Amino acid sequence: MIEVKNLYKSFDGKAVLKGISAVFETGKTNMIIGRSGSGKTVFLKSILGLIKPDKGIISFDGRIWEQMSAEEKRQIRKEVGVVFQGNALFDSMTIEENIKFPMRMFTQLSPEEKKKRVNEVLEQVNLEGVNDKYPAEISGGMQKRVALARAIVLYPKYLFCDEPNSGLDPKTAIIIDNLIHDLTIRYNTTTVINTHDMNSIMEIGEKIILLKDGHKQWEGDKSEIFFTDNPDLNDFVFSSALFKKVKELVQKEGHFD
Amino acid sequence: MYLETIGKYALMLKEVFKKPQKPKIFWENYFKEVEDLGIKSIGLVGFISFFIGGVVTIQTARNLSNPLIDKLYIGYATIKSIILEFSPTFISIILAGIVGSYIASTIGTMRITEQIDALDVMGVNSLNYLVLPKLVAAVTFYPFLITISMFLGVFGGWVVGNMTGMVLSEDYLKGIRYSFDSFDVFYALIKTVFFAFFIATIPAYYGYYVKGGSLEVGRAATQAVIWTSVSIIIVNYILTQLLLS
Ligand SMILES: Nc1ncnc2c1ncn2[C@@H]1O[C@H](COP(=O)(O)OP(=O)(O)OP(=O)(O)O)[C@@H](O)[C@H]1O
Ligand SMILES: [Mg+2]
Repeated sequence: MIEVKNLYKSFDGKAVLKGISAVFETGKTNMIIGRSGSGKTVFLKSILGLIKPDKGIISFDGRIWEQMSAEEKRQIRKEVGVVFQGNALFDSMTIEENIKFPMRMFTQLSPEEKKKRVNEVLEQVNLEGVNDKYPAEISGGMQKRVALARAIVLYPKYLFCDEPNSGLDPKTAIIIDNLIHDLTIRYNTTTVINTHDMNSIMEIGEKIILLKDGHKQWEGDKSEIFFTDNPDLNDFVFSSALFKKVKELVQKEGHFD
Repeated sequence: MYLETIGKYALMLKEVFKKPQKPKIFWENYFKEVEDLGIKSIGLVGFISFFIGGVVTIQTARNLSNPLIDKLYIGYATIKSIILEFSPTFISIILAGIVGSYIASTIGTMRITEQIDALDVMGVNSLNYLVLPKLVAAVTFYPFLITISMFLGVFGGWVVGNMTGMVLSEDYLKGIRYSFDSFDVFYALIKTVFFAFFIATIPAYYGYYVKGGSLEVGRAATQAVIWTSVSIIIVNYILTQLLLS
């Protein structure tokens, strides 16, 4: 479980996060949703310690980030897997080397075991035959999947994904969503996903937090989305005609599952 | 402002000098850096050294055309200026240009594309991982590179002196033998170690702390070359005072 209390962050006097508190539960896919520029990435990076918040407390299963030494922080980070919005693959390494990197750095696995694990995760993200290519030689959607493969290769306890399925076709996007969801349940991971993709939200959103204007405006699970009259949520979710229609139907039926 | 930069640079060095988390990966990266920062520069350094050696000889010969001055002073002056200043200082400034911009822009690009964030978030000490192999590669390889430059510079002087007939082969060789002092070489290589340190770390600093996009990476590379060169010139002055007085 990750707990965030009262997180503040401004850039040059411009407040992006204005006191956000949230709990991300273990074994669940927690989602941060919000419009472009609402501060999802800043929020995620603040939790990861990549951006230094102005104020606020973050704890990983009771271990309080602000009270840890650099070495203790590094220890926690070995339990963390991250998919960055821009993938952040090492461009001087091949796909295989990218995925092997955390194993080489932090495990004593034999070359055969590493190779086996690389192929395992590549298969999970639905990619094959790209081992020896460089990141610049594969498509954006493929890079995204490699980034996910690298993030999960060491079975992280905490998994963070910043828009894991942007740039993917609908079919692959669903495969990736479900993969993240499966891993979360199978390894009891605390998963946090940033997204503004309604399909993902409806597919795997177990706990959803809506960010707007630097505040947490709404919190709930995917079935509650249809039965709330929170104006910010409705404005975000039901801006498309399709979802407006879906909402009417779901409300008529009285439940969504 | 300057003090703040120097303080931040010192804090960076403190991280850089930690023990590598995985020695095997450190040595792999070390050999990669020796290749990128050193071996790839041998061609250009050799080319420049040879011809500058030749030009120094011609200039010295022209200035010492007085028949009362022994011709062996041409070799004498050439080897002194090559070993003491040209090879260690001038070549280091050239390396600051080639290698400094390379280091600043590769590390800077890793910063703006979140590759450094990715390292940090895995629990890798990114400064140590990225900078220490470069630093050790420069400090161990550049003395060797500068030695090559000295040889080729002196050799270039001999070839050009012969070709132009401005100095006889035996006068030149006699001059070299007459003036050769191993302390000069020692002094030059000590300087080189200092310069190598700057060439690896100052550009790394500019790259690592870059903010923004590709435009800023370009600016960081330019700043890196400027400040590395300035540091080399200043430290050269200080070391010359210390070691030769
Ligand atoms: N390093 C920074 N310096 C200054 N401002 C920043 C910085 N990073 C983010 N911001 C600002 O913070 C706000 C939130 O940005 P953020 O990237 O978190 O949005 P987001 O919700 O992730 O958007 P998207 O869905 O487009 O990725 C933006 O207005 C952005 O300009
Ligand atoms: Mg974002």
